[in-house]
Amino acid sequence: MRTVRLGAGAGYAGDRIEPALELAERGEIDYLVFECLAERTIALAQQAKLRDPEGGYDPLLEARMRAVLAPCRARGIRIVTNMGAANPIAAAQRTRTLALDLGLAGLRIAAVTGDDLLDAVRAGNFILEESGVPAASLGNRIVSANAYLGAAPIVAALADGADVVVTGRVGDPALFLAPIVHEFGWALDDWKRLGRGTLVGHLLECAGQITGGYFADPGCKDVPGLARLGFPIGIVAEDGTVEITKVEGSGGRISLATCKEQLLYEVHDPARYLQPDVVGDFSEVEMEQIGPDRVRATGATGSPATGLLKVSVGYVDSYIGEGQISYAGAGALDRGRLALEVVRERLAFTRVALTELRCDLIGVDALHGAALSGGREPYEVRLRVAGRTETLAEAVRIGNEVETLYTNGPAGGGGAWKSAREVVAVQSVLVPATLARPRVQFVEA
Amino acid sequence: MKLRALAHSRTGDKGNTSNIALIAYDIADYGHLEAHVTPERVQEHFREIMTGEVIRYALPKIGALNFVLKGALGGGVTRSLALDAHGKALGSALLDLDIPDRASTDIVRIA
Repeated sequence: MRTVRLGAGAGYAGDRIEPALELAERGEIDYLVFECLAERTIALAQQAKLRDPEGGYDPLLEARMRAVLAPCRARGIRIVTNMGAANPIAAAQRTRTLALDLGLAGLRIAAVTGDDLLDAVRAGNFILEESGVPAASLGNRIVSANAYLGAAPIVAALADGADVVVTGRVGDPALFLAPIVHEFGWALDDWKRLGRGTLVGHLLECAGQITGGYFADPGCKDVPGLARLGFPIGIVAEDGTVEITKVEGSGGRISLATCKEQLLYEVHDPARYLQPDVVGDFSEVEMEQIGPDRVRATGATGSPATGLLKVSVGYVDSYIGEGQISYAGAGALDRGRLALEVVRERLAFTRVALTELRCDLIGVDALHGAALSGGREPYEVRLRVAGRTETLAEAVRIGNEVETLYTNGPAGGGGAWKSAREVVAVQSVLVPATLARPRVQFVEA
Repeated sequence: MKLRALAHSRTGDKGNTSNIALIAYDIADYGHLEAHVTPERVQEHFREIMTGEVIRYALPKIGALNFVLKGALGGGVTRSLALDAHGKALGSALLDLDIPDRASTDIVRIA
């Protein structure tokens, strides 16, 4: 039976680069897919594009492409990635320039656009899912609105002979679903197969998170070779069945446990995994270990897409100021608590305009609160105060009130650190799928 | 016994909602997990952290339960003041839950 082999070259924007090169050189893959666009990344990229019209794509695009373009070209491996972020055309042009520098003439590079719905969302009457208010009420605080596009424009680019496809926002699994649809000629209303292809994408999209990354728990769940973690390969059959494996000799582990953890990662109702192309149903998925570092997944299906697209709306929400300082040795906890009291009192006394404040002692109760942390006295504690404000100037004052603990607070504070930053937050709206008009543009090296 | 002895977990985030997948090491323990790790117990465990409800989805074919925790991420990953804004460490906190010992409950059942 004919199969197609997909490699996942990145699970997030900052991911390791050499595992992707390993896949290109030794993975015998047909496609190398880089998923690099977190929820907020595209909003930050849009801000970068406003500062520089030639910018706004993934800052690691050049490093990744420089590593893999030549080995992929030599083996006929095609690349699909959402590293275009807010500017897929500029990203495609940069890739073209790089290809020419590397002496790779004739490379066909496609940019997928049409996910940017900023004007439509600003003008329309769409309600934000999280807060229940109209998106338009955010006014000029909105910096981006990008729809999660489906696989279709990527399939079109591949059918037109693209060696590299660079997109902005698309559903993460669609980056993988598209090559499968292209290779096997699946219909875009074959819901069962699209559901299976979506499972393939979902399993692979976080790269090392299925090969033993984000999994090790010494003594309970041991994983060899995390420093040389291999990234996953999905071997997909025409019926949508997938086998997950990795390059032999690479670090990590592929077991039923690693695959099950990834199956449910960021999934809510497993019978209704909402994607632009299909509603995936993973509720009856079965997994089988069929060899060392090799797991087969079967039983996914799907139902018709909803006809709505999720749009991530990025907006300037607020500012956060933060400060930290450490105390150690006998009495560290009491000094940390005293320091927190001092900072609280100072923020009130100096009238810092806060809309929200959070005070933690790292090492004691910072992650999950007093009830779950319970009782033990640590050797060292680190105070952390974070507050929300309406302006950057106010946010700066929070960290300052932590820093002044040096000469004004309890004994022995060390390692003070402070920051103040603008918060670009993300909420989402649903829009009719017909509102987005995906386009494919080619640049040729 | 601690839940950690029978199951492992992974946490994911979407907006202000966290999901924790709880997976039995041995699929034979799935029924024990289903009986004792109820949405109500999970809600009680995380009462200091979350503001919404807990929904539980069952995946018996892989021996897993998926818990969806609404209002668990301090107003949302992209604006939270929390140190762990994504709530990545919540799954480890769930494994600290006390559940009845597997063997002793079997004995009770037989008796």
